[in-house]
Amino acid sequence: MSTNAMATTTSQPLDLLKRYGIWIAAAVLIVVLPKIFTSGAALTTMSLMGIMIVFSLSYNMLLGQTGMLSFGHAVYYGLGGFLAVHAMNMIAADKLPIPLPVIPLAGGFMGLLFGIIFGAVSTRRAGTAFAMISLGLGELIASLSLILRGFFGGEEGITANRTKMLTLFGVRFGPQIEVYYLIGAWCLVCVALMYAFTRTPLGRMCNAVRDNPERAEFIGYSTQMVRFITFSLAGFFAGIAGGLAAINFELMNAVNVSGAQSGVVLLMAYIGGVGHFFGPILGAILVVLLQVMLSDVTGAWMLYFGLIFILMVMYAPGGLAGLVMLHAPLWRNNTLHHVLPAYALMAGPAFLLLGGTVLLIETAHHQLVRAATEGPAMHFFGLTLQSNSVIPWATALIAIAVGLLLGRRFAPRLVEAFHEASSPAAQLGRIGGA
Amino acid sequence: MVIFSTLNGVLYGMLLFLLASGLTLIFSMMGVLNFAHASFYMLGAYFGFQISQWLDFWLALIVAPVLVGLIGAGVERWGLRTVHRWGHVAELLFTFGLAFVIEELVQMIWGKLPVDYRVPPALDFPAFTLFETTYPAFRMFMLLISVAIFLVLLLILTRSRVGLIIQASLSHPHMVAALGHDVPKVFMAVFGVGSALAGIAGVIAGPALVTQPSMAHVLGPILFVVVVFGGLGSLSGAFIASLLIGLIQTFAIAINYSLGDVLMALGVTRPIQGLLNDLWQVTVAQVGPVIPYLMLVLILIFRPTGLMGTRET
Amino acid sequence: MPIRFRTGLAAAALAAGLAVMAAPGGGAWAQVKIAFIDPLSGAMAPIGEHGVKHFQYMVDKINAAGGVNGQKMELLTYDNKLSPQETVIAAQKAIDAGARILTLGNGSGAAAAMIDFVNKHNDRNPGKEVIYLNYAAVDPAFTNEKCSYWHFRWDAHSDIKMQALTSYIKTKPNIKKIYLINQDYSFGHAVRKSANEMLKAKRPDIQIVGDELHPLAKITDFAPYVAKIKASGADTVITGNWGSDIALLLKAAADAGLQVDWFTYYGGGAGGPTAIKQTGLKDRVYQITEGHANINTPENIAWEDDFRKKSGGQGWWYPRVRNQMQMLARAMNEAKSNDPKVFVEKLRGMRFKTIYNADAYMRAEDHQFFQDMYISVLTPVSGDLKFDEEGTGWGWKTTAVVPMAETDVATTCKMAKPS
Repeated sequence: MSTNAMATTTSQPLDLLKRYGIWIAAAVLIVVLPKIFTSGAALTTMSLMGIMIVFSLSYNMLLGQTGMLSFGHAVYYGLGGFLAVHAMNMIAADKLPIPLPVIPLAGGFMGLLFGIIFGAVSTRRAGTAFAMISLGLGELIASLSLILRGFFGGEEGITANRTKMLTLFGVRFGPQIEVYYLIGAWCLVCVALMYAFTRTPLGRMCNAVRDNPERAEFIGYSTQMVRFITFSLAGFFAGIAGGLAAINFELMNAVNVSGAQSGVVLLMAYIGGVGHFFGPILGAILVVLLQVMLSDVTGAWMLYFGLIFILMVMYAPGGLAGLVMLHAPLWRNNTLHHVLPAYALMAGPAFLLLGGTVLLIETAHHQLVRAATEGPAMHFFGLTLQSNSVIPWATALIAIAVGLLLGRRFAPRLVEAFHEASSPAAQLGRIGGA
Repeated sequence: MVIFSTLNGVLYGMLLFLLASGLTLIFSMMGVLNFAHASFYMLGAYFGFQISQWLDFWLALIVAPVLVGLIGAGVERWGLRTVHRWGHVAELLFTFGLAFVIEELVQMIWGKLPVDYRVPPALDFPAFTLFETTYPAFRMFMLLISVAIFLVLLLILTRSRVGLIIQASLSHPHMVAALGHDVPKVFMAVFGVGSALAGIAGVIAGPALVTQPSMAHVLGPILFVVVVFGGLGSLSGAFIASLLIGLIQTFAIAINYSLGDVLMALGVTRPIQGLLNDLWQVTVAQVGPVIPYLMLVLILIFRPTGLMGTRET
Repeated sequence: MPIRFRTGLAAAALAAGLAVMAAPGGGAWAQVKIAFIDPLSGAMAPIGEHGVKHFQYMVDKINAAGGVNGQKMELLTYDNKLSPQETVIAAQKAIDAGARILTLGNGSGAAAAMIDFVNKHNDRNPGKEVIYLNYAAVDPAFTNEKCSYWHFRWDAHSDIKMQALTSYIKTKPNIKKIYLINQDYSFGHAVRKSANEMLKAKRPDIQIVGDELHPLAKITDFAPYVAKIKASGADTVITGNWGSDIALLLKAAADAGLQVDWFTYYGGGAGGPTAIKQTGLKDRVYQITEGHANINTPENIAWEDDFRKKSGGQGWWYPRVRNQMQMLARAMNEAKSNDPKVFVEKLRGMRFKTIYNADAYMRAEDHQFFQDMYISVLTPVSGDLKFDEEGTGWGWKTTAVVPMAETDVATTCKMAKPS
């Protein structure tokens, strides 16, 4: 939203800095992050985030921008990745003078190719029919991936070695840090390209096709053509993401083209927020973090994952980006601090509610799953509790109840503070925009 | 062999229909692609197991679907209705998350291993023997139940006032609302009944197939195929599609020929090694599970209303 | 200005999340960390979780006996969700946390990814070598064309099992028609291939009346397959199926009244005995393993008793885990070092006495463990049989022991010792 507003205002020197400032900041961030988080797992996680950012943004070209709900986007990601792996092996075997950094392009073209083929078939329909065709195609390719062993390598997949390629400037891409920077660079370029696409006339037409296909058709645009081109391009970027994944893991297998992977990218885009360009970026970061870390912390991680997701869908349909942008008018008018006291007040009940729920889930999980073999003693944030005693259950329920009550009590105050803070802001914003 | 394959195919088809009938009602009236539908089926199986452990199977057959239906109605009332405002994608994603949560809860309560859900002793005998193969009575019972439910549904839909409203909501949802029917209440009822139907399927399928946490997502995607292939808003379409897919899947297994064998018979020589070689060796039995998806894609391209549907998806 | 805001927020979110990772893992330094990586969520979780109990039990035992070179062992567990990519991430996390001994069992995809990862890691990080101990992935390729200096396998791979099984079938003239049904993926293919070859070599008179491959973990009703088996007139079925695929298959067979003998690889896996008992296939379902609960040595019975007390009644499923951990501790102590690079040499070719008082050894050529193989059948517990499975009242009874010498399978491995 904010970026929209920026681009429509006439160019001023300050505007130019505003326009490119974020890209410079992002580049700096990418460079600096590994200096802060140095461990191998953190590097791998951040590399994965970079890949998933490209993937989820490519997905949002379909869902957010053009209104196409796809259940089979992993097909292009996976096929791109497989071609990249094969390309790496071929180049290494024949000693071709091709360096590793261009490999994602191979993946991209594979994605583009299949985007064109399947796009020609599926974009003839819109809405639910399109969604169902994408589901069918996704399942078809996923099933085929287990049958065509030559190309997909069965469950074990195909492996490659990224260090066996042409070496440029002494960089072999052995250490993860070098791969991280490679992914970072590709990620930045792809994000910029996809952002640029939203600013092209075609990108604008996508929104029209999403919001009002009849009218778009009426003023002389073929909605099918718009969908087709966008679909193919989305396939291209998904393929690049797949190629990056191939480099990062040096391995591609059937899971990457499966329905599960398609589901994950849908989750990322939606949790992040499909209504804003940067939404899927937030979504990708959050979902990767949850996937990588939640399972280490708790045995019931799937339950948390599902609950977080349900809550997001129910109460924050704009996703993370929607929540962030809710505060944009406040920030613009420097009234953000007006709501902070109300937020601080709300923090108490929120903490009680969250803590109570987590305690309840953990206690239940321990009692039902582990108590039979490990006994009732469980650890909860450094405390040792007995899952078969009343104390943790009662504490959890009381915390939830009190949290709910207090939350109800404080909620009007928060709403009021928010309105107060945003109304003059909205006023000023309108004047500024005129 | 043919007889058994037909019986098994029809049985599998009827099972699919029990699930698909609820899903198609929900899908066509509310526009919700209910990803959690198969989870309700699983809940039905687990409730059926628990109740038949405590009390007995026949009671479970009645109580478990009612419980599942109530849960379904509750989900609609307190979950989906909130999400409805945000559009169909949000609704779909809600059910997606719900499927996750249900699976995890089932794992927490009943464990991750399959539970020992037995066929009730009264039905634990071979129904008949044909060419030395016995056919279990319980399977006949499953078949009977599903046919009975199909008939009851058909009667209600074509003969009763409720059926009239539902049929009208299928084809002209806005008109029904305009006529002053309480659409949210109809939605809640439909979601509840749809879930209960899935629950019944779970109770009777539980002992025959294994009752375990992964039973939901094994069946999930195929249901969408049935519903879309049969045509939106068409119960008879769903019925035909269920049977068709049931039979195709069963008969595909019985055929042992590969593409290569067929081509060879036609005089085509074996191609060079490589990618094509894999395709060459694939047998019909291996491709069996893929066929429904192929059918789905093809029908949506060439006949977007589905087999018997009257409106485009 | 909103730009700064959201950059700030993104940075804050990242920082909050990654801060946990940046912190050095664990507190106690003087411990030997063993990372257990396996599915701990999803459909395969019961198998992974029970694996954790095995390893924890072993670690406790080793620590009670004084640890390794004066240091205590510590078990770290990671969930790889059965995915090769997640396996790589989990391995990375484990190494960050200070583990240099990694163990993983389930899923040949995950195991292949692990071998590849360990090879590359050791190649790229000299001086920080890690070792992969494989306790359950049985694809023959791992000790043949994909063999690695850093990988050791304690489970008998599928060709060895088939070798043992066919040796047994050789002595059973009443087996005339065999039906093969396997899952359509690399492991299923391996079982089917070796079955065909070895049966042809050892019992050319046996007719293979069916050779079926079905999709992995996708079939809900095996009745059509059973109808096919029935129609073929087979008297024996060989299957490598595991998980729900074996349970559903047996169930469908019992429903149809199919009277055949079942030679399975994983009839004893999670849920297997429950399904067998439920279907009433008494004395008809065999499994081929490296051991089971009812092998009658006092040590084994004491072991089983003790473990069942500590694990809520569940049995000791993996005799190989015992072999693996005992041999690991011995190699470390003999090498007087906890550095994989040093103690690897002690593991290679190590001779070992199992709890069944039989000889076994780790072949240096390909790092494959060889031992006596047991063919056992599930039957109601009585007399000599002390332990049942999964509370069914049915337990495994040895039908035949195939001596180690007969399980010898050649390898194509050309192992290169890294410089």
